[in-house]
Order: sequence, then structure tokens, then C-alpha cells
Amino acid sequence: MWWRSASFILDRQQEQNTNLPPNPESLLLSSPPPSMADSLQNPKPDISAYYQTRAAHHAVVTSDWLAQAQAAVSVQTNDDVSSGSDGRVAPTCGGTGGDNKTFSVIDEFNSWRKQPDLAEAVAAIRALAAVIRASQATTMMELEIELKKASDSLKAWDATSISLTAGCDLFMRYVTRTSALEYEDFNSARYRLIERAEKFGEISYKARRIIAMLSQDFIFDGCTILVHGFSRVVLEVLKTAAQNKKHFRVFCTEGRPDRTGLRLSNELAKLDVPVKLLIDSAVAYTMDEVDMVLVGADGVVESGGIINMMGTYQIALVSHSMNKPVYVAAESYKFARLYPLDQKDMGPALRTIDFGVPIPSKVEVEKSARDYTPPQYLTLLFTDLGVLTPSVVSDELIQLYL
Amino acid sequence: MDARRMSRAVPRVRQVGFFTPNTPAKQPQPQSAAPCSESPPLSDSPASNSLSPVMIPPPRHLSDNLGGRTAAVPVPGRENSGELPTVGSYNPSESVLSLDSPPRSRIGDEELSEGAESSLGWYRRSDSAKFASSLPSGGFNLSTAKHPESVAAVEAKNPLPEQSEAQKEQASSSKPLKAKTTKAERRALQESQRAAKAASRAEANKSGTPGGAPSSKPMKQPPQKKDGPPVASSIAASERIGVDRSVEKERKKDLPPPRKQFDDESRGGRAKRRSVLNQPEARNRVELFRHLPPHKNGTQLPYLGSKFFELHEKHPAVYKVGLQYLAGDLSGGNARCIAMLQAFQEAIRDYSTPPEKTLTRDLTSKIGGFVSFLIECRPLSMSMGNAIRFLKSRIARLPLTLSESEAKTTLCSDIDRFINEKIVLADKVILRHAATKIRDGDVLLTYGSSCVVEMILLYAHELGKQFRVVVVNSHPMLEGQKLLRRLVVKGLSCTYTQLNAISYVMHKVTRVFLGASSIFSNGTVYSTVGTASVAMVAHAFRVPVLVCCEAYKFHERVQLDSICFNELGDPDAISKVPGRVDVNYLDNLTDKQKENLELLNLKYDATPSDYISVIVTDYGMIPPTSVPVIVRGYRKEYLLI
Repeated sequence: MWWRSASFILDRQQEQNTNLPPNPESLLLSSPPPSMADSLQNPKPDISAYYQTRAAHHAVVTSDWLAQAQAAVSVQTNDDVSSGSDGRVAPTCGGTGGDNKTFSVIDEFNSWRKQPDLAEAVAAIRALAAVIRASQATTMMELEIELKKASDSLKAWDATSISLTAGCDLFMRYVTRTSALEYEDFNSARYRLIERAEKFGEISYKARRIIAMLSQDFIFDGCTILVHGFSRVVLEVLKTAAQNKKHFRVFCTEGRPDRTGLRLSNELAKLDVPVKLLIDSAVAYTMDEVDMVLVGADGVVESGGIINMMGTYQIALVSHSMNKPVYVAAESYKFARLYPLDQKDMGPALRTIDFGVPIPSKVEVEKSARDYTPPQYLTLLFTDLGVLTPSVVSDELIQLYL
Repeated sequence: MDARRMSRAVPRVRQVGFFTPNTPAKQPQPQSAAPCSESPPLSDSPASNSLSPVMIPPPRHLSDNLGGRTAAVPVPGRENSGELPTVGSYNPSESVLSLDSPPRSRIGDEELSEGAESSLGWYRRSDSAKFASSLPSGGFNLSTAKHPESVAAVEAKNPLPEQSEAQKEQASSSKPLKAKTTKAERRALQESQRAAKAASRAEANKSGTPGGAPSSKPMKQPPQKKDGPPVASSIAASERIGVDRSVEKERKKDLPPPRKQFDDESRGGRAKRRSVLNQPEARNRVELFRHLPPHKNGTQLPYLGSKFFELHEKHPAVYKVGLQYLAGDLSGGNARCIAMLQAFQEAIRDYSTPPEKTLTRDLTSKIGGFVSFLIECRPLSMSMGNAIRFLKSRIARLPLTLSESEAKTTLCSDIDRFINEKIVLADKVILRHAATKIRDGDVLLTYGSSCVVEMILLYAHELGKQFRVVVVNSHPMLEGQKLLRRLVVKGLSCTYTQLNAISYVMHKVTRVFLGASSIFSNGTVYSTVGTASVAMVAHAFRVPVLVCCEAYKFHERVQLDSICFNELGDPDAISKVPGRVDVNYLDNLTDKQKENLELLNLKYDATPSDYISVIVTDYGMIPPTSVPVIVRGYRKEYLLI
């Protein structure tokens, strides 16, 4: 039960006082966890909730974990992590649903989030749509404020998740943008908002399919694709290619520390796609054989670069220097209004790393879960808006937000 | 008539396709203003027929901006010489070009305006083009209302008696040609009458009133009238196009004048003749940069001061700002732009429309005159060009129902809003964006003295961020010291160094903040000379380069180097070091020796977009590749304000 609220609280606490005394226990992770559930049991505070969710979706999710999660959702307000945390959770969650309502966006979001196939941003979009539906506001202004509050609380729930933030922002833009709403009476306007929200959710939900279709032109017979990390879009792309009877093989990086590459290779093996597993450090070694690099993205930032699982940057660098194309498959709800200038220019998203052996506590461990790949190392982005060059991302974002 | 209708469709198609909608109207215009073309009959009609949009901006500027002084002079004489031979070849060209006559007759004010192109067509067309281009809301075509006034205007500028004779001559010479149709006869008759009226000022005044009355009444019509011929089908569409067209015109017209190539003999000569200031000698200037206007230093101040009472058409406020530019008291893109706009504001407040002129047109040419004066004092920056363009579009878009005082207050408040929204508030937004990129422990490097960067640094300091500043400076301007002083006074810890040491200090730097004079749509940053080297060194050291620039400084031009367009500084400034008498190696050179010496003091340089990590602007932080999006959006926006 600790994970949701604790990470949330810790995310907030990190912003306020960055120096939590590091749990020495967390550094001494010794045995490699056989399943994700095992590592989840270890209360390690400085973990990004976003990567928790991903871990839950991508790795084996045990039924008891789910049960615990459900329980946590139902009894969220009296989480028993620490008394201090309750005080923090309650007002934030209370504020979301409105003072006189029992509805909470976070709950809604969490229930959507449980669906393993549903991206976090889409879950957020659906949760926000539910806010409109459940709202008892009587004016557009009220509704908008309520929506704003809900999206803010969602964003605050996990500040490390780029797609959640971006999804909320996009939803707000998409839903509340038109001024035509002002001329209708409230009920029809509200109805229209709901309609639009559902449409947006639908679009976002279908985005993966669109991307898979768009990217087929780029996968040719006999090509070798290097894949890093586990991305559902990338999997969809490869799956569609396999269904289209394309002959290609895939190199999967191992994807330490959460071994997402292993998971992807499993999935691909099920599709009878020839797969080769590489350790993360063998990228440059194998790059000669590779025809293209295909990665997903946690977020696409305004410069046109991407934020993705740790290691993407170095793969992009290697492939750039060897003149191999780097393709990114990302849904447009991951377009975020961020502009990192360098690697350290983002809020940290930390995760545990297990080295298999005890690490002396004096030794520092780089725990960041993601890195930023600048746009000059990317060739094309496959998005549901079309196949874009990195510079178009910012154009789209400007048009959307201005 | 059918043939005409057919051919009328042609320009229509071109209009939709590309931005040539006004080429037919425009083409004759440079010809009329350019007295140097050799063979009028040949060059005129083909040029007006051909599709090639040959446009020479400087003459237009000459005629528009300088209004009174020079433009009109060549016109009548040229008309005289050019018209007679043209007549024969003109008529076919008219039918091919499908002038505006048929639709106009359809509109119904035929007897008012019909006469125009039949007899005086060539002249009138050129005339109208001039007006249309000087009057973007335009859409006024060759209606009668315009005509007497235009003639009067020409005459006012140029009291040559041959004007009316020229017109009469035209009228009579073109009359036989058109004699086949009775309508043409009527037109010709009317035309000659009108010309006769225009002959004397008094009569022009008198005819101005009847002419002026319809002009104010059908003011709503002009777009239709103008677009009627090509569009005829949908008036709504045509109106939109009319707007677009005026926008185009405005844009073209406001291409920053420094494009003038100063090494061009003929034009340079003319520029010299009409300039208020004495042009410095072009000797000892670097060959590659001869096309740039030479630097005018403050030594001409007394001279200009003495001419104060001669140049009465310049408003004192504008005059003052011009002198400040000249003396170098005002520097920095924003400061110069604000000063200019405020001077215009004052001039507008003191403005009163002369009799038988409309505010929109007269004020535009007035402003044009001011601008050309300011250009003489110092070449305009891009931002000022944008601001002027804004102002002119505002003037052009004034509703015609407004009274003069209302129009003036509207304009003044528009200027205030521009200053406030596009400069002051934009800076505040930029501050907020840029401050998010400053972290504790950063070492920020800045070059020269940019007011936005200064504000950012102070703002971040106020936020309590712990950082150090490296101020880099370079020799002739040494403006970094001003910045340094203000920063040190506010308690920031600073390092000061010269540009020479940039590669040494860059090791420690984590962010480079630069200001910009303008940003072009290919992402090239046009800024104080030396900026490019700072950005390149930073890029080589993998230090992010942030360029802070308000969106109103963005320009749609594309520039690849710093040679085509630049500004020359005082060459003496680099040969002498102030306060160092021992550095006198270049003193006491004989004239002969000086001939071997070329001094080059450039003011700006262009930084390629590759070296720029991010542009911080009032629309947020954008990569240099997105500048065109902002430029497009911005253009729309400031037209809608």
C-alpha cells in the first residue's frame, strides 16, 4: 500500500527538502528479484511513481499486488504509511473532487490506470472526462475551474510522469479551447465537453494503431531493428509488421535495471519474430548490423527531442555517428511543454537499481530512470499526427498552445 | 467584353496561387517612379503584361516614404515623354490585362471612374498603384475621388505647370484610340474636364469636394471595387483577398530600407541628393561592405541642428529621436523602438489632416517621411521595421467613420498597447521562462549588454538563486561595462572578461544567455557583433546557448551571412583606443598610406541556428526551427489587434 501514496508524498517532499536521508537498506539490495512484485515489496521511497506503474504494467503483476492496489484505492484516505503522509494526502485528494463530493479524480485515474493496456495519459484523460460527467457545476467557469483543479491534482500526483502532465494539459487545451462554448447554454455546452473529452480519449486510445500503420513504410524486408526498452507502441509497430508478413529481425537491449528488453523479447518471440538479446553495453558492437533504431518515448519535448528510458541517448549517439536512422514511436499526448537543455535539466525520476552485490554505502549510485535525447540525434518521429521531423513537434505544440 | 472577362480570370487564378495578387496593379508603379528606364514604350507595356513580378523596392520607398520631396518630380516629365509613344502599344495591353473597367461599369459608378483608364489609363494606373501601395487598407482604386486629389498632391509637391498639360495631352492623344466606343468618348471628355479642373489649385480644391464626397461615401466599396474585377463572383472572398493583398503590399513596402545597395551608382547618387545629412566619403571602406550605408557619426549633429527650421515637415519629437540615434545616445533595440514609437505618437497627436486629404493616406506618407529621416540618422533595426509595419497597418485599418480626433486617439492607444504588450509584457514573460533555466550553482555567461538578459539575471537574483555571471565584452562598444556596473550594484557576483578570453572562460560556464536584435525565419540570430563567436565557442564546449528575444523582433527574412545586410559603425572607433595615448600606431598616416588601409567596424553578425539551443520568447521556449511558426502567427495577430 505504500507505493502510491508514499511515492506521491516523496515526490512532493523531494521538491521541498531534497535531503531525505537515503535509506541504507535500499542500497543493499542483494538478491536479484525473481519478479517485480518482489522488488515492489521493498519499501524504497525515492522511486518515481511513473516507473512504478510501468513496472506494474510491463513486468509480471501478481494478483496479490493488484489486490493490494485495489485495497489502497478504496482506503486511500487512511493509508497507513505514516501519520504525516495522511495529513498530506487527504487535503490534496479532497480538493480534487470538490468539497461536497465523494468523487475523486485520483481514484478514477487509478482505476483506469489498472488496465494494463491503457497508457497513463489516456487514463488521465478518461479520469478528467469522468470529472466533467460527475461535476455538479452550474456554470462553465465553475466547470473549468473544477477541471483545472482536477488536472492539477493529477499532475501533482506524479510530477515525474511526463505523459501524465502532457495528457492533462492537452486535454485542457483540447476540451476548453473553443470560444463557441460560451454562446451555448450550460447543459449543451457541458454535453459537448463530455463528447469532446470522449473523442479525445478515443483518439488517444487509437493513437497506437495509427502509429503502427504509419510506420509500416519504414520497415522493409530483411532489415534489422534495434529496440531499446519496452514500449507498447514499438511492440504494436513490430506486431503489425509481423502480421504484414514482413521479414525482419529485432535486436533487443537488455534494458537494465528493470529488464524491459527481456520482456519485449518474450513478446516478440511469441510472434515468431527473430530476436537477439544484447546487453546494454553491446550497442556499439552490434550497430554495424543494425539498419534502424526504433524506440518509444516517455515524453516528447518541445525541442523535438525525447525523454526516454536511460540508455536511449547513448544509443542515439552511437547510431548517429554510424549514420543509422533513429525512429521514435510516440503518441501525440506525450508532447510536453518542456525544454530540457541538458540531461540534468529535468526533474529527477529515480528508481532502484540492483547490482546483485552489496554496494558500500559510500558509493553513490546514479538512479535516474531516464535521459534526454536531443533532436539532432533523431531522424523521425512516428506519431498519430503523422510522421514528423523533430522540429515539427514544436510547431505542433505552439499551434496547440497559442 | 467577353474576351475581357476571360482574361480577367487570369489574374484571379494567380491571386489564389501565390502572392502576386497585386502585381498587375503594382508593376507599372516602379516604372512611373523610376526615371532611369531607357525605353518606355517597350518596357512599359510588356512589363505590365508579363507575369514576372519585377519589383524594385527602393524606388517605391523613394516615392512613398519620402513623399514630398522627391517622388513626384520625375513623374510628370516622364509621363510626358513616355506617354505619347506608349499609346499605340498601350491599348492592346489594356485588353489583355483586362483592366478594371468592365466590372466597374457594372458596379455602377461608371461616370465617376470610368474615364480613368481609357484615356489616362497608363498614368492613372501607375498612380493608383502608388496610392494603393502607400495605402494598404486600400482597396481604393482609381475612383474619381482619388484622382483629383492625387493630381493635387502631385502638384503640391511639384508645382510644374506642365502637369495639367501632360494630362490634357494624354487625354487628347488617347481619345482617338478609344473613339470607337461612345463610352470611351464620354470617359475621355470627363477626363479632360477633370484634368482641366486639376490644373489650378483652386479648381482642384473645388473639385476635391465633389470628388471627396463620393470618396467618403463609397469608402466601404473600395475593396469590392478593386477586387470586383478579378473576383466579381464573391464579394466576401474578394474582401478577404483585399485584406490579404493590402497585407502583402504593406509587407513588401516595409521591407527594411537598408536593403538599398549603397554602392549602386545611380541610387546612391539619388540617396545622396535627397538626404538631409551629408554622406561621408566612401573611401577607405572595405570592398565587401560597400553596399552598406556608411556610418554617420555625431559630428554632423551641429549641422543637422542648424537645419532644424528647414526641415519643418519633421515633427520635433521625431527630430529629437533621430538626433539621439545619430549621436548614439539611444542604443539597444527595445529602447530605440520605444523611443521611435513614442515620437510617432507625439507626432500623431499634433497631426491634423490637411484639407482635401484623408487621414489614412496622408498620415501614412507622413510616417514614411519620418521613417526615412530616422533611417538617415541610423539604419533601422528589424524590430523597428516591424513596429512601423504594425503602425502603418493600424493606420490603414482605421475605420473610415472615425473622426480625426478619434482616429488619433485610437492610434495612440494602439501604439501604447504595442509597447506594452509586445515589449514590456513580453519581457516579463521571457523573464519567467528564462529563470526556470537558471539553477543554483550555475555560471551564466552573457555577451555585450542586452536589456532582457540583464532583467533575467536580476530577476533570478531576486528569486534567490545562487549563480555567478561572466560578462564578456569586446572593444569598440564596451557596452558590457554598463551591464556589469548595474549587476555589481545589485549584488551579483560577476566576472568580467574580453571576448579574446572566451575559450578560456567557457570551461566553467553552464549557460550562455544572449540577446538578439532580430531573429530570421531560418533561425539565424542577428545580434551584436561578436555574438556568433560566443555562440560558436559555447557550442564547441557543449554549453547550452539561450537567446532571449521578444517575438516582435522576429523577421520573416532569411539571411545566411552577415554581409548582405549589416550596419557599419564608425571606422575611427576601432582605430583609436580612447584613453590610451600610447596606442597611436595608426595616427599620423599620410593620405597615401591611408589608401592602403581599410577599416571595418561591423555592428551586427548572424549566428547560424545550429549554435543555438533555445530561443526564449514571449511565446515560450522554442527551438530555432520554430521561428517561422511564430512569425506567421504573429503576423496574423498584429493585424487582428
